[in-house]
Amino acid sequence: MTEPMTEHYDVLVVGAGPAGLAAAQAAAMHGARVGLLDAQAQAGGQVWRHDVRRAAPRAARRAFASLENVDVLARHSVVAAASHSLLVETPDGARQLRYGSLVLATGARELLLPFPGWTLPGVTGAGGLQALTKQGWPIADKRVVVAGSGPLLLAAAATLRAHGTHVLGIYEQAPASAVHAFAWRLRHWPARAVQAVGLRARLAGVPYRCGTFVRAAHGEPALSSIEVEGPHGVRRIECDQLAIGYGLVPNVELAGLLGCELEHAGAHPHVRVDSLLRTSVPGVHAAGELCGIGGLAAARIEGSIAGHAAAGAYGNAAALLPQRTRERRFAALLSQHFALAPRLHALATPQTLICRCEDVTLAALDGFSNARDARLATRCGMGACQGRICGSALAELGRFPRSGSRPPLFPARLATLAVAEAESFLPNDYRGNRT
Amino acid sequence: MSTPIRVTVNGQPVEVPAGSSVAAAVARVAAHSRRSVRGEPRAPLCGMGVCFECRVQVDGVAHVRSCMTPVSEGMQVRTDD
Ligand SMILES: Cc1cc2nc3c(=O)[nH]c(=O)nc-3n(C[C@H](O)[C@H](O)[C@H](O)COP(=O)(O)OP(=O)(O)OC[C@H]3O[C@@H](n4cnc5c(N)ncnc54)[C@H](O)[C@@H]3O)c2cc1C
Ligand code: FES
Repeated sequence: MTEPMTEHYDVLVVGAGPAGLAAAQAAAMHGARVGLLDAQAQAGGQVWRHDVRRAAPRAARRAFASLENVDVLARHSVVAAASHSLLVETPDGARQLRYGSLVLATGARELLLPFPGWTLPGVTGAGGLQALTKQGWPIADKRVVVAGSGPLLLAAAATLRAHGTHVLGIYEQAPASAVHAFAWRLRHWPARAVQAVGLRARLAGVPYRCGTFVRAAHGEPALSSIEVEGPHGVRRIECDQLAIGYGLVPNVELAGLLGCELEHAGAHPHVRVDSLLRTSVPGVHAAGELCGIGGLAAARIEGSIAGHAAAGAYGNAAALLPQRTRERRFAALLSQHFALAPRLHALATPQTLICRCEDVTLAALDGFSNARDARLATRCGMGACQGRICGSALAELGRFPRSGSRPPLFPARLATLAVAEAESFLPNDYRGNRT
Repeated sequence: MSTPIRVTVNGQPVEVPAGSSVAAAVARVAAHSRRSVRGEPRAPLCGMGVCFECRVQVDGVAHVRSCMTPVSEGMQVRTDD
């Protein structure tokens, strides 16, 4: 077997979203040798994802331009971790990356909740359809309904509209009273208020309905209509696409694998950090959505703090703490006003598929009180996504929490697994999850 | 805009803007990317590499996430039937 290419960085940053970009830039300022890796083909993370039709926002362009002293490693997916070393899979094979300190900036994914019809082609996440669209998905002239919860619905709808989509409506599950209270509180955050007004202007003419949610999707073999329930009853809407997401869940899998302590605020864990964004594992820092959903501004400031701290520049890191405190207050406001209504937990029927990888229904999961027993008996969570979709959904539904992370973090090629085995990245009892 | 990229999906030629994902090319030709273990048609869900619903075969390699893979000239893509 050939030796994997090995590289050493003083500071290695995982995730090239706003948090990771800021971390890499901050660490490089102090002369550290910095690597910035991301599974995606281009830097930017979720919010600054490359758009085939539109130029990146100015802040993103500036962040990309500040990387001249950073090794940017695109299409590098972390699949396993050992002490001060990560195993990554690239299109050209496996690599081992060693580090002095590590900054985790793995961001968040959408919370996708099961309901009848959610497996039909044509149903995607809200940020999900936004991401697909930015990367050339043919959406012009399609009739799209955007639904779920949170400000991401507006951002997604604005992108879809800019790409020529007919956005038929935006359906927010939070009641109008909560959304209005949130809007009123925005007056303390002028930049945010301006942003929100700008978004609404770009969505002029698109109905925005609160206290409203999608009960079911219909169509054969793909989506053709949805049922929407709101304060005035149930309505059927014909559409080509449904973009539906219920907020965000931190991507804690790698942090968990490294042994970082997690904290549970509600159903979904985030990484526990101290004020300088150090995790419970020495030399491992975390920033951005991974530390709890906080949005773009929090991600950027936390990235800088973690980057300075990872390079040992604690003074620079500490100077930014007041800004962080302010951004985190905004995050708290968001989660409070867009809390999910309990009725959303009851949308799936016994026949609704929960695990899309293994086609496991809700009924098949009755009687199990933990993810491990359910997995062994039904294969729920055993598929390629490794429970990222169904496990988060079941945690949200109050069935049982997700089980801990195990390597490989993503289904890896046999050649990668061979390296993982040879270099002791896998537990002794490892089996399965190969592609 | 830069020159479009030409790929084939299930033998059919498709043109997509440079920088597009394989998922975007597939969506122009096929209604689904894979079939589930029960045989149901599935198409991309998360758009960000997490759900694996967008898996297709690219240049003979199976189980490639089409939303994470940029198109390149002459690429041969196959979906499940
Ligand atoms: C689909 C989606 C769309 C969004 N759209 C918007 C929007 O339009 N406007 C807005 O303000 N906010 C949006 N958000 C919210 C977004 O979370 C924040 O705005 C911001 O992007 C968070 O920055 P971050 O750096 O913490 O994480 P992210 O931007 O999520 O970046 C994390 C990066 O880590 C990489 N990564 C994760 N795990 C691994 C691994 N194991 N190996 C290698 N790389 C890895 C990912 O590929 C990703 O690029 C969106 C979120 C999602 C999920
Ligand atoms: S659409 Fe979810 S992994 Fe590609």
